Amino acid sequence: MNRLQNLFETKRNILSIYYTAGYPSLGDTVAIAEALEESGADLLEIGFPYSDPVADGPIIQASSKQALDNGMDLKLLFEHLKGLRAKVSIPVLLMGYVNPVLQFGVENFCKACAEVGVDGCIVPDLPMTEYEELYAPIFKENGLSNIFLITPQTSPERIQKIDGLSNGFIYLLSSSATTGQNLQVSDNTAAYFSRISELKLKNPTMIGFGISSKETFDKACSYANGAIIGSAFVKSLDAADLKGSVKAFMQKFKP
Amino acid sequence: MSYFVNEKGYYGDFGGAYIPEMLYPNVEELRQNYLNIINDADFQKEFHQLLKDYVGRPSPLYLAKRLSKKYNANIFLKREDLNHTGAHKINNTIGQILLAEKLGKKRIIAETGAGQHGVATATVCALRGLECVVYMGEVDIKRQAPNVARMKMLGATVVPATSGSKTLKDATNEAMRDWINNPVDTHYIIGSVVGPHPYPDMVGIFQSIISEETKKQLIEQTGNDQPDYVLACVGGGSNAMGMFYHFIDDEKVKLIAVEAAGRGVDSGFSAATTTLGKEGVLHGSRSILMQTHDGQVVEPHSVSAGLDYPGIGPQHAHLFKTGRGKYVSITDDESLQAGLLLTQMEGIIPAIESAHALAYLEKMEFKGGENVVVCLSGRGDKDMDTYMKYFNL
Repeated sequence: MNRLQNLFETKRNILSIYYTAGYPSLGDTVAIAEALEESGADLLEIGFPYSDPVADGPIIQASSKQALDNGMDLKLLFEHLKGLRAKVSIPVLLMGYVNPVLQFGVENFCKACAEVGVDGCIVPDLPMTEYEELYAPIFKENGLSNIFLITPQTSPERIQKIDGLSNGFIYLLSSSATTGQNLQVSDNTAAYFSRISELKLKNPTMIGFGISSKETFDKACSYANGAIIGSAFVKSLDAADLKGSVKAFMQKFKP
Repeated sequence: MSYFVNEKGYYGDFGGAYIPEMLYPNVEELRQNYLNIINDADFQKEFHQLLKDYVGRPSPLYLAKRLSKKYNANIFLKREDLNHTGAHKINNTIGQILLAEKLGKKRIIAETGAGQHGVATATVCALRGLECVVYMGEVDIKRQAPNVARMKMLGATVVPATSGSKTLKDATNEAMRDWINNPVDTHYIIGSVVGPHPYPDMVGIFQSIISEETKKQLIEQTGNDQPDYVLACVGGGSNAMGMFYHFIDDEKVKLIAVEAAGRGVDSGFSAATTTLGKEGVLHGSRSILMQTHDGQVVEPHSVSAGLDYPGIGPQHAHLFKTGRGKYVSITDDESLQAGLLLTQMEGIIPAIESAHALAYLEKMEFKGGENVVVCLSGRGDKDMDTYMKYFNL
C-alpha cells in the first residue's frame, strides 16, 4: 500500500492542495510543500507547468507562465524534489499536461517520480485508452497511481471503466468547467454527486474545481472523501511572505 | 499502407484524441455521429447545393498560360480564391454548420488567426441564424481589423484571446476552454485539419471537394486525371489536405506541401514545422509541433497569419513521416515576390498563404509538359496592407 492508498484508509474530509511548481519563485516548490504539511494539508498536487493549459482558468495559467519564465522544467523539478521526502511525509502527486511528459519520456518520468517519492500523477489530457494500452504497466512498475477525472457529463459505463483502471482515487469535477470558478452546488450537481456515490465505486473520490472557502470545502466533503483546492490557494501565495501566506490560507480550512 | 484515419483515430503514429475529460463527451458525440451524418443522402444534397449556389462551386481550374511558359510546365491554379468569402475555409464551415444543426447545437464557437476562418464561420452562422462567438488573439485583432469588422457585421461576437502570445494558438486554447465551459449546446467549428479525432478527418472530408473537382476538371482539360505534381501551402493544413485528398492513394502523383519558413528556418522567426518540430501533442492530437526540449509550445512566425501555427495536422505528419508527401518551406520574402509575380503575370492577387505554394515553383525543375496543380487557397484582398508596405505601393 502506498502513501496515497494509506491516506484514504485512515482519513476522512481530506484536504488536498494544488500549486504550480516554480511559482512564485523558482525554488519555492519544496518549501511550499513543507509549509502545507505543517498547516494541515493531507495531500499535495504539484503542477508542472505547460505553455498551453486548456483545462485551466486564468489563475493557474498565469502561475504556469510565471513558472516557465522562472525557468521551471521537469528535469529541474525532479532535482528540487530530491529533498522532498526528507521534509514531507504526506502523499504527493504530480499534475500536468501530457506533452512535457512525452518529451521527458513516460518511462523516465515514472522512474523519476518513484525515485523522489511521488505517489501518483494526474495528466488530464492523457486519454484513457492510450494509458491502458501503452503506459499502465510503466506506472504500475514504479508504484504510481494514475488519477482520472470525471465530470457531470461522463457516462456511467465510462465511470465504471475509469474505476477499474484507477488505484488511488477518482477526481470528480464539480462541473464541466475550467479551473478557478466558484462551486455552486445546485440541485443538478447534488444529484450528480449522489449518482456517483450510488455507483459504489471501489475507489474513493475527491471533488475538485471551484472549492475556495470552508463552506464549499465542507459541502464537497459531504459528498466525497475530500476536496481539492487549486486556484484559490495559488492566488493567495505571497512571494514576500511565502510561509506566512500558506499558513494564513490554511487557517481558514484547518483552524 | 493506409494514409487515412484508422478506427482508433490514428494516422500511423499520429492523431488520437488527447483531451481532458471535460471535452470527452462533446468530442465523443461528434465521433459517434459524424460519418453517419455526412454520409446521409439529405445531408449530401444540402451540402452540395450550398457549395454550388452559395459558395459558387465548382471553383475553376485555370491553366495559367504565362506562368506555364515561364516555368516550362502546365501550371493549373485551383481557384479557391473565387469562393464566397475569399478562401477555401467556407467549404468546411458549410459542412460543419449543417452537422452542428443535425446534432441539435444552438451556439457556434471558432478560433481564427487571420480572420478568414472566423469570417467563414460568422458567415454560415448568419446564413443559418445561429449564435456565433469567435476567439481571436489580441495581437491578430489589431493586425486584421477589416476581418474583425466583417465578423461583427455578420453578427458574431469577437472575443480577444489575451493569454500567451495572443495569436492563433491562444485563440484555439480559449475556444477549447469555452467548449469545456459550455458542454451541451455548443459546437466548436475548428478551421483546420487539427484537433482531436474526428476533427482532422472531418475537416479533410469537407475540404476534399477541392481535389474531387480538380480530378474531373483535369480530365476535361487534359484527358488525364493524374497530374505530375500537386502543391499547396500548409499552416494547420486544411487547403493542402483538400487538395491532396483524392490523390493520396495514387502514388504517381507527387504531393508537395509548402510551409512558412518566416525569416528563414534558422532565424528563430519561422513556422517550418516539419523542419523545426518534433513529435508531440498539440491541441488534442499527436502530431509534429515546434516545441522546446521540455515540450513547451514555441511561438511560430510567418508574414502570413494563416500559416503562423506551431503544428500541422496529424495526417500531414503521417504523410511527412512516411515520405508520401514532400514538405518544404518558403520564406516571407520569397512568398511576397511570388505574390507580386502572379499578380503581374496573371492578374490575380493571391493571399500570402497561397503565394507560399506558388513560390516553390521557382525551386522546381521541369522537363516540359508536366501537369502541375497549385491550390490558390485564398485571395489577397486581406493582405493588401502587407503587400503595400513591402513593395511601397
